[in-house]
Amino acid sequence: MTWLPVAAVALVVSATVGIGVYGLRLARTTSDFLVASRTVSPLWNASAIGGEYLSAASFLGIAGLVLAYGADALWYPVGFVAGYFVLLLLVAAPLRRSGAYTVPDFAEVRLGSRPLRRLCAGVVVAIGLLYLVPQLHGAGLALRATTGSPVELGAVLVTVVVVVNVAGGGMRSATFVQAFQYWLKLTALAVPAVFLLLAWQGDGRPALAPPTPPAFSAATTVDVDADVRVVLPEPVDAVVDGERRRLEGTVELRRGSEVVFPAGAAVPHVERLTAASGLEWARPLSGAGGTDHPLYATYALVLATFLGTMGLPHVLVRFYTNPDGGAARRTTLYVLVLLGAFYLLPALYGALGRLYAPELLVTGATDAVVLQLPVAALGGTLGALLQALLVAGAFAAFLSTSSGLLVTTAGVLSQDVVGRLRGSVRGFQVATAGTGLLALALALPAARLPLTQVVGLAFAVAASTLCPLLVLGIWWRGLTPPGAAAGLLAGGGLSAAAVAGTLTGAVDGGWPGALLAQPAAWTVPTAFGVMAVVSRLTRDRVPADVGRTMLALHAPEGLGLADRSSRGSTARRT
Amino acid sequence: MTEPPRRVAVTSPRTSAVRRPPGRSAVRALQEQDRVGELLVRSLVRAQLLLALKMLAVLVVLLGGLPLLFAVLPATRDAVVLGVRLPWLLLGGLVYPAFVVGGAVYLRLAERNERDFAELVERS
Repeated sequence: MTWLPVAAVALVVSATVGIGVYGLRLARTTSDFLVASRTVSPLWNASAIGGEYLSAASFLGIAGLVLAYGADALWYPVGFVAGYFVLLLLVAAPLRRSGAYTVPDFAEVRLGSRPLRRLCAGVVVAIGLLYLVPQLHGAGLALRATTGSPVELGAVLVTVVVVVNVAGGGMRSATFVQAFQYWLKLTALAVPAVFLLLAWQGDGRPALAPPTPPAFSAATTVDVDADVRVVLPEPVDAVVDGERRRLEGTVELRRGSEVVFPAGAAVPHVERLTAASGLEWARPLSGAGGTDHPLYATYALVLATFLGTMGLPHVLVRFYTNPDGGAARRTTLYVLVLLGAFYLLPALYGALGRLYAPELLVTGATDAVVLQLPVAALGGTLGALLQALLVAGAFAAFLSTSSGLLVTTAGVLSQDVVGRLRGSVRGFQVATAGTGLLALALALPAARLPLTQVVGLAFAVAASTLCPLLVLGIWWRGLTPPGAAAGLLAGGGLSAAAVAGTLTGAVDGGWPGALLAQPAAWTVPTAFGVMAVVSRLTRDRVPADVGRTMLALHAPEGLGLADRSSRGSTARRT
Repeated sequence: MTEPPRRVAVTSPRTSAVRRPPGRSAVRALQEQDRVGELLVRSLVRAQLLLALKMLAVLVVLLGGLPLLFAVLPATRDAVVLGVRLPWLLLGGLVYPAFVVGGAVYLRLAERNERDFAELVERS
């Protein structure tokens, strides 16, 4: 029933565009366009933040990582929520009070430096693109997994819808669309989870963490959609393209071939994953799945996600839609509730995936586990319907995160980079189309990137660049423009090198591999250190009006202190 | 090259929270950032930073300590509590309501700091 997922995608796309058009009728000025005129209530705003934040990595990727790597992958969702907690503590209210719309705005308000502003704009665009690519990729993957369409189709579809929607309606429509999409995503993941748990109960609650490695519960057909090398834990008599063959050791499976494994056979694993028993899989720090140095990897991931969230461009913009600093804090608290509810679910899919869809470990396409599980565990019409619901949720994830990233990245580009059209609605539309096409061009050639790991790298870059700038800028008077620039360059350069090394697969395994795959543990302290030391060395460059800026960042509204509106705008207007 | 148009920050008029106009001298001190004004701001920033750091310390000890606990006491990796493995119970479930509680506590304390600051300004 391939028409069902197609219908689900069509429904989500038309709902997205429909709400966008409805929002567009309300948007008339540049201010409406970019920040919804700041008339959004905390719960709406929190839903929109949740909708925007829960990306392909959260909806599909976490379950896939839990399936492959077990307990250590639980740190991803924990870190994604903890990032908001840290943001609440260190950034939420002061950032809103700064009146900055993006990080480049903040850099200029706080440090009054144009070159630094442009440097920040470059960092924001880089992070935005790095985060957009896996979204588009996830779209391709989801459409292929459910309908068998070529992987490019989903990516192109999402790009077109999002570019048209964002360029047409801006943020006003994006707020409505994204609030709607949070609730869609939560429903789409929660309803099938109930049925899956009932099915598991009905099967007599088979052990989720047995002492043995995963095995096929019934004869299973695996369609190989890309050439892979798989490792067999024990020899298996399988049927490859209709021929009986004994598979043992390491075997190459060609794209397009069809392999039937008998019931009870141990599941072969794609070469980059190591087969682990259920007990090892359920145990933290066991290195299940083949992670080197799991303790280091865990702490580096914790650092990247805890500190990276505040540096994600699409997260920050949302705080501007709060009326004041106090509302920004309350919104963040709601966000913690909404995200916490959502993140209870993905691990469940990953754990049940080991029982019902272990064949994904053969091809390594574990990101598809959320979509495959209803069909594998329930089958029939019910399975197909639930799968369609999950596809709808997945597309909501791609669309909402991509449009959030696009609004911000294009906003920064149109404000700071695009020549004569700077700051106009037209310039924003041109930048939107440009960013979308660039992301698509980057996403298409990148073959098989594990979604959540690429997103994790984007967090690491954000934690090594914009996080130190925001934290030191908000809390430390001594920050100077040269110090901030040096820190951004050091943290950004090092983390970008690590990303390049990981994505190209230049370094693999051992300590170098672990250090590059999870760079935050060394790039974040370096960035903070460089920023602080260079600021100390250039202390004569501390802005003269730092006291007033601090007052604007931290003093509550309503004291009649602030001609706050003039801070950083009219005051610095030249 | 012409300067690009700049964004103008607009804040809420906060009609729901009309206050007695604060004492003129403190407001002027703050706006002009003389010695008194600077001290007032410094004390507010210090209070808020101290609060944030305390909350961060709790986060680092409770959550950041977990991998270390698993590493140092391997028995905790396989312990079963309430029918669920301890790491999964903590990281897959309990941690999320804990964030909400922590966030609510922080919200109260941060707003109290701001009220104290407002009172200080209004009284002077």
